Amino acid sequence: MTQLIERPKAEETVSASEPPGIAPRLPARGASPLRPRNFSAGDVGLLVITAMSSFALVWVVFYQLTLLSGAFGFLICWYVAFLALYWLVVARTTERQMATDRVVTVVVTTGAVIAIGAVVFIIGYVVAKALPKMHWGVIFTKTQKGFQPAEPNALNHVGVAHAIVGTLEEVGLAAVLGVPVAIATAVFLNEVRGRGTRLVRTVVTAMSGLPAIVAGLFIYSMLIIEHVLPYSGFAAALALFVMLLPSVTRTTEEVLRVVPSGLREASSALGAPEWRTVWSVVLPTARSGVVTAVLLGTARIVGETAPLLFTAFGSQIMNLNAFSNPQEALPLEVWSNVRQANPVLIDLAYQAGFILIILVLILFVAARIAGRTRGHKSKGKRRARPGNGSPASGSPVQVPPFAPNDPTLVSILGEGSPT
Amino acid sequence: MTTTAYQAPPASYSRTGGSAELDAKGVCAWFSGRLVLDSVDLTMRRSQVTALIGPSGCGKSTFLRILNRMHEVVPGAQLAGSVELDGVNIYGLNQRATDTRRQIGMVFQKPNPFPAMSIADNVLSGLRFSRIPVRDKDSLVEEMLTKASLWNEVKDRLGELGGALSGGQQQRLCIARALAVRPRVLLMDEPCSALDPTSTRRIEETITEVADEVTIVIVTHNMQQAHRVSHYCAFFLAEENQPGQIVEHGPTETMFDNPTDKRTDDYVNGRFG
Repeated sequence: MTQLIERPKAEETVSASEPPGIAPRLPARGASPLRPRNFSAGDVGLLVITAMSSFALVWVVFYQLTLLSGAFGFLICWYVAFLALYWLVVARTTERQMATDRVVTVVVTTGAVIAIGAVVFIIGYVVAKALPKMHWGVIFTKTQKGFQPAEPNALNHVGVAHAIVGTLEEVGLAAVLGVPVAIATAVFLNEVRGRGTRLVRTVVTAMSGLPAIVAGLFIYSMLIIEHVLPYSGFAAALALFVMLLPSVTRTTEEVLRVVPSGLREASSALGAPEWRTVWSVVLPTARSGVVTAVLLGTARIVGETAPLLFTAFGSQIMNLNAFSNPQEALPLEVWSNVRQANPVLIDLAYQAGFILIILVLILFVAARIAGRTRGHKSKGKRRARPGNGSPASGSPVQVPPFAPNDPTLVSILGEGSPT
Repeated sequence: MTTTAYQAPPASYSRTGGSAELDAKGVCAWFSGRLVLDSVDLTMRRSQVTALIGPSGCGKSTFLRILNRMHEVVPGAQLAGSVELDGVNIYGLNQRATDTRRQIGMVFQKPNPFPAMSIADNVLSGLRFSRIPVRDKDSLVEEMLTKASLWNEVKDRLGELGGALSGGQQQRLCIARALAVRPRVLLMDEPCSALDPTSTRRIEETITEVADEVTIVIVTHNMQQAHRVSHYCAFFLAEENQPGQIVEHGPTETMFDNPTDKRTDDYVNGRFG
């Protein structure tokens, strides 16, 4: 026998103070006082006022009442005073635990702000110094040949075309040499697992800590002094190859490791020999990740200056032949021009730096796009969303692990510290 | 022991001889020194469906992998005994593992179509790996997908990537791929355990239809499935801290209605496992 359930009629709607049994109302947003992340307008105002009052307090003490001086010291004292005052104020208005939470939030946020601020400041500074004096038609076409220091409007007659060509050729050659070797090494480390695996992995990790200038010195003493190679773009490419190898190898190895082992089993069960499995199944599945790894590795060596110092050596004129005669490169241009006493050349150096930043930005954006692109055969149809697919082997190697903000990737590419 | 000259399977893509008989004699398996299978003897007759049943962890999947030489790939794995495919020991010194695996195919528990290839390329992948030339690719793809009862669902989107299918469809694609190389034996390791009942039914229909061209050995936890699909059953059991062994084997009807061993009777009637 079913039972009718009485529901309260409209006139009988109850207020929040009624006993439970009626569905509770959703609490208003930000109403909970115990969530330190809920910075309402009043809280922000409190923060600002505390900052101002701590500034005033420290200014009086620091500059007027003592003999201390220096902006940096003032900044530190202000920050500490601000934290202490903020803690006190919040503890008075709410409670102590809340005050500690808030102060820690402020400290952590300060860290993030400093990190982002540093990058933004550097890039902004270079852009601000370079853009106003940029002569767009000239910068990409002219070189420093025949530069007259005292010439009026000298920036209209010089450019960095030779440096751009040099960078592209040297980095291109390094990539052409380095990418196959790096992929082969990654395949060895992950798929073949021969007896030397541990040794190779250790050596590759150690190689990522090799100082850039030592790589240049190595090529210089082995090849240039012995007259095997002249000062040339190719020698620089060899030094850059040494720098490129460990980062692309480690990242590609990570990428290959993520390919599900079920695919290798399936390929073996069809009668494929092991090399065929790697070539036809593992590498195509990991293709977007490998492309990302290559692009990021390349972006890293584009800005290397030290290996170029005594291999490419630098020059003022255009040199299209990377195999003979010294060649210029963008970071080398920055280095050699900033050291000159001529303001025109210093401006040129900033512009070269700006173009270098743009080049790295293009590579990063390409890496993001490559990491997201699906395989070429989808004919425009969307692939299955994760919910409706089956177990992991149904979806290809996923993009999120290979985005440049992935911590594993960043730590590998950063300083080469062993993970 | 006499060594026979290496007999390569024919390179052309004609029927390689139809279904074959697999005869396992005295098969033992170790993982890193621990014995997991003890003296397994089983004959899987041609054009028959043999089901390997038993509770988890008693070595059925290990035995299955020994049948197509996938066990030796695992580091630390060892085995003893012989497995004969129509009289030729697949573990003989002159036998290549890749050729064996082409003749004895396998479908896995977790569907694993190649995500970087289209559906049509997935079906043809086995032939590509073994470098077998195919004259009429389209009709082969259609034939295999029809056998796997997937053709109607994907005939308009053969160019889509292999990962863009549901679980049941992916498993049927894997079956089509495995059948495309025309193996003589097809091993199936719990193919329906991750699937919905409709896909399970379709796959069981496929098994029944294909059984006279290909000898099938299927590992299954589902006893009703074993009853529906198989002609012959082998019951594996591993006592506590003991390696796995075959307790009893025989025609399916006998195993289910009139088993000799009490443990078999308990298992098929659901009293344990």
